[in-house]
Amino acid sequence: MRGFLAIARHEVFVLLISPATYVAGFLFLLMMWLVYWLILKDLPSEDLPASSFFQLFWLPVLFMVPLLTMRTLAEERRMGTLESTLTTPTTPLAIVVGKFSGAYLVFLAFWVLALGYPILTALQVPEGSANFSFAGGSQLTGGLLFVAVSGAMYIAAGIFASSLTRSQFVAAMLCFAILFIVILGEQLLFTYSGTQIVVADRWQPILDYFRTFRHLEDFSRGIVDTRPFVLYFSSAIVMLGIAVVVVERKATR
Amino acid sequence: MRLFACIAVLMSAPEISIEATGLTKVYGPLTAIDEVSFEVEKGEVLGFLGPNGAGKSTTMRILCGLVRATSGSASVGGISVVEHPEKVKRLVGYMPEHNPLPEELRVVEYLRYRARLKGMETREGHHRAEEVMELCDLHRKARRQIIGSLSKGFRQRVGIADALLTHPEVVIMDEPTIGLDPHQTKIIRDLINNRRGQMTFVLSSHILPEVELCCDRLLIINQGRIVAKGTSESLRQEYIPAQVFRVKVRGDIEELTKVLREIDSEMEVSALLEKDKEGFHDISVKTLDRSITGEQLLTAILKRDSWRVREITEVQASLEEIFLAATKRSWEETLSRKPVYSDPARSTQVNTTE
Repeated sequence: MRGFLAIARHEVFVLLISPATYVAGFLFLLMMWLVYWLILKDLPSEDLPASSFFQLFWLPVLFMVPLLTMRTLAEERRMGTLESTLTTPTTPLAIVVGKFSGAYLVFLAFWVLALGYPILTALQVPEGSANFSFAGGSQLTGGLLFVAVSGAMYIAAGIFASSLTRSQFVAAMLCFAILFIVILGEQLLFTYSGTQIVVADRWQPILDYFRTFRHLEDFSRGIVDTRPFVLYFSSAIVMLGIAVVVVERKATR
Repeated sequence: MRLFACIAVLMSAPEISIEATGLTKVYGPLTAIDEVSFEVEKGEVLGFLGPNGAGKSTTMRILCGLVRATSGSASVGGISVVEHPEKVKRLVGYMPEHNPLPEELRVVEYLRYRARLKGMETREGHHRAEEVMELCDLHRKARRQIIGSLSKGFRQRVGIADALLTHPEVVIMDEPTIGLDPHQTKIIRDLINNRRGQMTFVLSSHILPEVELCCDRLLIINQGRIVAKGTSESLRQEYIPAQVFRVKVRGDIEELTKVLREIDSEMEVSALLEKDKEGFHDISVKTLDRSITGEQLLTAILKRDSWRVREITEVQASLEEIFLAATKRSWEETLSRKPVYSDPARSTQVNTTE
């Protein structure tokens, strides 16, 4: 993993000087603000505001992840700088994991910033004015943990998409398509294919295992199960592994 | 005694920095390089010449450990490129063709980042980045400039600074002077000259006079095969057997030809220009006999009192002529190897290209 730290540090730096990051950050925070404002507007409701805060996590993820990851490998391949990097002792694995780590850190930083809304609201609202906490500790921690765990897979999908093409635009579209299928595919299937999908009992747990919103529900309730960790981290490892092979093959041809 | 003799021979033998043996790279139906073998001594400056698509860049990329050869072996500093590409990458400073650079970084940021990638400690990397920037004249205004806003010359200098960053044993540069003005080219030539003997340089270029000025030895590659190698002098003798003199003389050309052919019966004499106002002809004298000197020609011409000589110069064949002769010979060899029943349309195409 020689060169990993240099790549990760460079990736964070490049993301911080890239206008696309600020566009993604601004849109993300704007969208999360809107989501939270709508939640507060609907009060009182069955769900706690802190718990509802993460229900629409997929909306900003669908555009933020492609914006953060589209240029990572695609742009470097287009410019030829990936080849320059490979003339140093840095390995393709270090390049891919370094780029993943950089993008993942920025992704997490955005979510931490978004937590400012419920926390600031809780600070502003006088204690005892509502019969619940605006900054529900377990709900927010659970939601953030879910976003962090699933985010590893989403960012890995973006890096994988970026490794396949020289065009940032194509990489972004590909990433969007992957995320759409992974996050919403099964949910849409359940929602629009009729009242119930009739599947054999033995398949039901497997289908449930892949349902993103089922995991979100558990995390938001403060239930931390190891199975989603296995699902998201193993998927991330597989996608990053393919990206490593692609980088190695394209560069050493 | 024999042991001492062996040790003496070994000690006097030049240290080999790069060794390539039978390198072949095949891309599908295309053979990019075919059985390429050569050696570069430590501290030598090797010029790599060849037309576009000849296989120069492929060979360089294999030597850097960037591309794997289909067959054959290569070593840098005695380390196998195939078995230990990571170690080889530490020994080589490489500047690729077109010199790709990240547009959004400043020069100093880029060089520091490259130093980290090349495994240098932060402080050492910063120190070396400053050194190479000074060496490549990037330490003043260009230091804090965004790479995307730099001129072609400065970008090339950034690429060279990067190649020299770790003070590598071998520096490989693919077209380092392409697109540079004569002043910038001279800076790069001086840079190489200042490091001659300390580092081994392999550089490819299309600017042939530049290569001749810079390089100790040349290697000409065509259609993926090495067609000539040696010093420019040895190549000149091999590929341009004729010796040419340019003489500015006043007298009758036919008479003059007769006199000169007394020295060498197959000597070719031809007028280059019409005679000038004072009646002087500019003539070219071409002979295959390399022992003939300008002095002999002068003595023969001055036998006639009425003839006057204003100038006599031995014309050196340019590297361009050597290059063209070497590549032409390789084309001819390729064509002669082709079977008689080959596609006539294809043969015509090859001849046209030739």
